Amino acid sequence: MRDAWAETLCDLAVENHDLLVLDGDLATSTRADRFAVAHPDRFLQMGIAEQNMVGVAVGLATLGYVPWLSSFAVFFTHRAVDQVRMLVAQTHANVKIGAAYAGLLTGFTGKTHQDVQDLAIMRAMPGMTVLAPGDATECVAAVRWATGTPGPVYLRLARDAGPDLFDDTYLFEPRRVVPLRDGSDVLIVSTGMQSARCLAAATLLETMGISAGVLHVPSLKPVDAAAVAEAAQRVRLVVSAEEHTIIGGLGGLVAEILSEREPRRLVRIGIQDTWGESAPNAFLLDRHGLSPERVAERVVMEFSRTAEPSRAAGR
Amino acid sequence: MDRAARRPADPLPLTPDGGVGPQADLDELARRGRLLVVDTVAHSGAGHIGGPLSAMDLLVALYFGVLRIRPDEPDWPDRDRFILSKGHSAIGLYVVMALRGYFPVAELASFDTGDSRLQGHPDMTRLPGLEASTGSLGQGLAVGLGIALGARMRGLGVHTFVMLGDGETQEGMVWESVMVAAKYGLGNLTAIVDCNGLQQYGWPPAPGDEGRGDRRDPLAGARLRDALEAFGWRVLEVDGHDVEAIVAACADARGAAAGSQPTAILARTVKGRGLSFTEGRFEWHARVATAHEVAAARLELGFEHPGEAGP
Repeated sequence: MRDAWAETLCDLAVENHDLLVLDGDLATSTRADRFAVAHPDRFLQMGIAEQNMVGVAVGLATLGYVPWLSSFAVFFTHRAVDQVRMLVAQTHANVKIGAAYAGLLTGFTGKTHQDVQDLAIMRAMPGMTVLAPGDATECVAAVRWATGTPGPVYLRLARDAGPDLFDDTYLFEPRRVVPLRDGSDVLIVSTGMQSARCLAAATLLETMGISAGVLHVPSLKPVDAAAVAEAAQRVRLVVSAEEHTIIGGLGGLVAEILSEREPRRLVRIGIQDTWGESAPNAFLLDRHGLSPERVAERVVMEFSRTAEPSRAAGR
Repeated sequence: MDRAARRPADPLPLTPDGGVGPQADLDELARRGRLLVVDTVAHSGAGHIGGPLSAMDLLVALYFGVLRIRPDEPDWPDRDRFILSKGHSAIGLYVVMALRGYFPVAELASFDTGDSRLQGHPDMTRLPGLEASTGSLGQGLAVGLGIALGARMRGLGVHTFVMLGDGETQEGMVWESVMVAAKYGLGNLTAIVDCNGLQQYGWPPAPGDEGRGDRRDPLAGARLRDALEAFGWRVLEVDGHDVEAIVAACADARGAAAGSQPTAILARTVKGRGLSFTEGRFEWHARVATAHEVAAARLELGFEHPGEAGP
């Protein structure tokens, strides 16, 4: 996904002479080094100083530049969050935050680098668009959309490549939720690369006699809440799944939507208010219940404990 | 005192005729500015006094003697940029912008009243002419750096001035900006540090210095100069209450734009400058003057008659 991000910026910069990339000395990790080679005059090294980097981007944006920031998600949403809040979000600056290494799978870096609170923090930021693409194709589309649309964007980027969900005909629209699979018993709502794992879980569930739909949410803010509620209306159990704490991210978002619009039992799969580990991806996904097998097991268990919604509880 | 209850009984005595031209006497303007600060904060019932008063001569010098600006065209692309990084001194900036003609002086009465363009801290989304929103200390220099860098890339002859408080330099982010500005050789960036030596509360005097009565911050004075020079900045020092000297220092800094070093102007100031009861008193960082104190300020600043159309 980081490759898709960097290559798209290299392509866009050919037409858009205002596009800049500012790096916090992680270009070889985020792949922004490709941009540095392709467009050296528009690559600005800001050093290991993320707070200043965010402020500089805001100053550049006032002159009509479109700065993309390159660093790890944690350094935007935790270290430089004050600068993002004060200078970017409050002023609706045209600054794009390329938040690499978001989520749990950060390549043996462990809890210090795993950003599993970013969606909660960024979602609470007025005026911030919060995007979490599910595959490389969607990432390319989101980068293109963000570059061409004024205003702040937080783009959650996974470190690793993942399975393809979409083909080249995919059109990205912020706010839109994307049904990946229909199901009549359970609705699994997921975001980012977790959606591919949930799709695999739904296939497993089918062999166990449970019909699970998967609804992909690439845009946590804005989001089409009515579409989420509408999809939830057709099932007995709703499950959210994310590489993020269950508090305030996608699980929080779905809870807010359901409690306001379509009361349904909700099970939130994700980091259970704890910290991660330095470990291979398979270990982390298993430990935190995010692998297809663990998601399917949890759904089976919870589905058996969930009664049909009474007529009175429906609309 | 309840703010809403106070207002009808104590209207802000302002002239409605807007700003004055750049030819006005700058010391006289600073005097008017000081009274407007005290008056406006008293009227609003909240705000800062000490910082705006220490920075008043600097702001007057900038807006009337230094900045290439068009108050009637605040977004003029070739304008110089000024960022008040010490955003809590907003009322001082508003007063000077009003005097310079960005908006009617009478609008100062709306300071801090919800829908006002004059928020407690500068909000660039509300008031044209503000180049950045500030209020979380330490951030303004980074934005100014971005503007200076972008202006150079665009080939604009724009000079960017950023005013910081000396206490503000305790924020680590300031030094990130200082480092990167030097790295990029931004001669078109000038930081003006309002060195009044006091902050909201700060440190008590060190043993042996009790008699001095100050609460100086760790970087006050020579150490700040040394630190900036060590980072590769050019450093000038100036009496921050000598308007002519400030204008000259800023001209010097602008002249260095052809060079490859950013300039810092350390302006020696007195917090609460201009009023005997606020000068050097850290307690006046964010105090509101009572009606009696406003009257005293009026007298001290030479505006003797409460009903007078001045300041």
